[in-house]
Amino acid sequence: MTTAQTSDAAPSNTPHSASGEGNPKVQIKNLYFSYGSGDSLRNISLDLQDKSVTAFIGPSGCGKSTLLRTLNRIYDLYPGQKARGEILMEGRNLLHPNLELAWLRSKVGMVFQKPTPFPMSIYENIAFGVRLYENLSRADMDERVEWALRKAALWEETKNKLNQQGTALSGCQQQRLCIARAIAVKPEVLLMDEPTSALDPISTNFVEDLVTELSSDYCIAIVTHNMQQAARISHKTAFMYLGDLVEFTTTEKMFTAPDDPRTNDYITGRFG
Amino acid sequence: MNNNIVSRRHFINAVFVGIALIMTGIALVWLFLILGSLVINGVSALNADMFLKSTPPPGSTGGLLNAIVGSLMMTGVGMLIATPIGLLAGAYLSEYGRGSKLSDMIRFVNDILLSAPSIMIGLFVYTVAVAPFRHFSGWAGSIALAIIAIPILVRTTENIMRLVPDTLREAAYALGAPKWMVTIKIVQKSVYEGLLTGVLLALARVSGETAPLLFTALNNQFLSFNMSDSLSSLPVVIFQFAMSPYADWRTLAWGGAFLITVSVLFLNIASRLLIPQKGQA
Repeated sequence: MTTAQTSDAAPSNTPHSASGEGNPKVQIKNLYFSYGSGDSLRNISLDLQDKSVTAFIGPSGCGKSTLLRTLNRIYDLYPGQKARGEILMEGRNLLHPNLELAWLRSKVGMVFQKPTPFPMSIYENIAFGVRLYENLSRADMDERVEWALRKAALWEETKNKLNQQGTALSGCQQQRLCIARAIAVKPEVLLMDEPTSALDPISTNFVEDLVTELSSDYCIAIVTHNMQQAARISHKTAFMYLGDLVEFTTTEKMFTAPDDPRTNDYITGRFG
Repeated sequence: MNNNIVSRRHFINAVFVGIALIMTGIALVWLFLILGSLVINGVSALNADMFLKSTPPPGSTGGLLNAIVGSLMMTGVGMLIATPIGLLAGAYLSEYGRGSKLSDMIRFVNDILLSAPSIMIGLFVYTVAVAPFRHFSGWAGSIALAIIAIPILVRTTENIMRLVPDTLREAAYALGAPKWMVTIKIVQKSVYEGLLTGVLLALARVSGETAPLLFTALNNQFLSFNMSDSLSSLPVVIFQFAMSPYADWRTLAWGGAFLITVSVLFLNIASRLLIPQKGQA
């Protein structure tokens, strides 16, 4: 465990961090994670601020995606994967075995690396998640679908073809559809696992703008392989290496004056 | 590399390609001989009476209407029984029982059932659904066909559902969808062409089965729509008529064989046409 792990110690002297400092939405405390043998995450402690973007960077296998997958307990699908420690949100420990997963997943949405449109129309893709929690009238549902698609900057392109299959959209449109689908259920936290790694540069730019846009409403945690991306869109950045949280600080400090030599080596391209 | 080695390799390669081609030819010769004689004898046996009249007593004209109707009824009911069982059991293996001992066992037993001789299935259904009631019936025939179709459906359903990437499942779970909904609305829906292909292939397989029907539905000389009575079927009629001494019966057997072959061919082509559309980007 390194000293930099305590987020509270991070200085808040940059305009970046001002937006959400001191307003933790999710608190991760002494988190360990195991895929079966050995710990893939060791003693991770950090806070995710509300209405801000927290980026997770690090070389492949460092545990950044694993960390993201503990936040909505999606790892629960795979017997043998276990998390220890505490993740606190709204006074509840998300890792508690009796936690209502439907509640958790209505609060925490997720966008994956590859676009995953469901085998149904664009409209139904959005309505699918909403129907799990709300019994809306047709008119209210229409409104919600439009709201979500507008939020994801997809409305103009799809408003005349809402009955077309979601799988028929382009890759970038599919990914925005997935973002719209995630926010349609009105979550408070949005997890994004390398959401642009399957997209071309123009689409990537588009989705990045969208993330910035959404950060005024949501607590966003984004995993990325692309350090420039982290620098462009995040307020705080966590550097992870081999299952440890090496450094967690404001994005500006991370990319200009990191404390840990390993962080410096990674962001200057010496490894990873 | 010197020229000697190169020309040696070319020679050995040519020899092996040649042998493979000859063996392929030998395998295909029989297929074409069978299909050829079937087409020659079968097409000449086709006429309107075949579809309008029932199987005749020796010496008079007739057709295969009772056998066609019986076959359609029994395969139809059999598939209605088998399809939900096969699709749900396959879904269990693919979605619920992953990596469990129970599903390994089910898969193993299913594979045994898949290769069980159909005459044994016929005998089994005879003792369960014919002997206690003291008469043959179309229901018993349907049950026998269903038992043959189920393991095929379980196998194809599981294999096809496993093609769905886990990321799609995760995306649905991440929204908070319950497991049954993910299984039916997301996984099965995304491969429904593939599942339909499995159903068509199972249908093609059972539509030519003879042995299980001999012990269960037996045969019926007359046109019947009564599933509780013995029913005629194309394979059984072919079996009986092909071995008979009467020329007009043998002609009808050729016609029936041609009909079955064409419908199986049609089912196979239909299932192939469905395949390329699946597998989403």
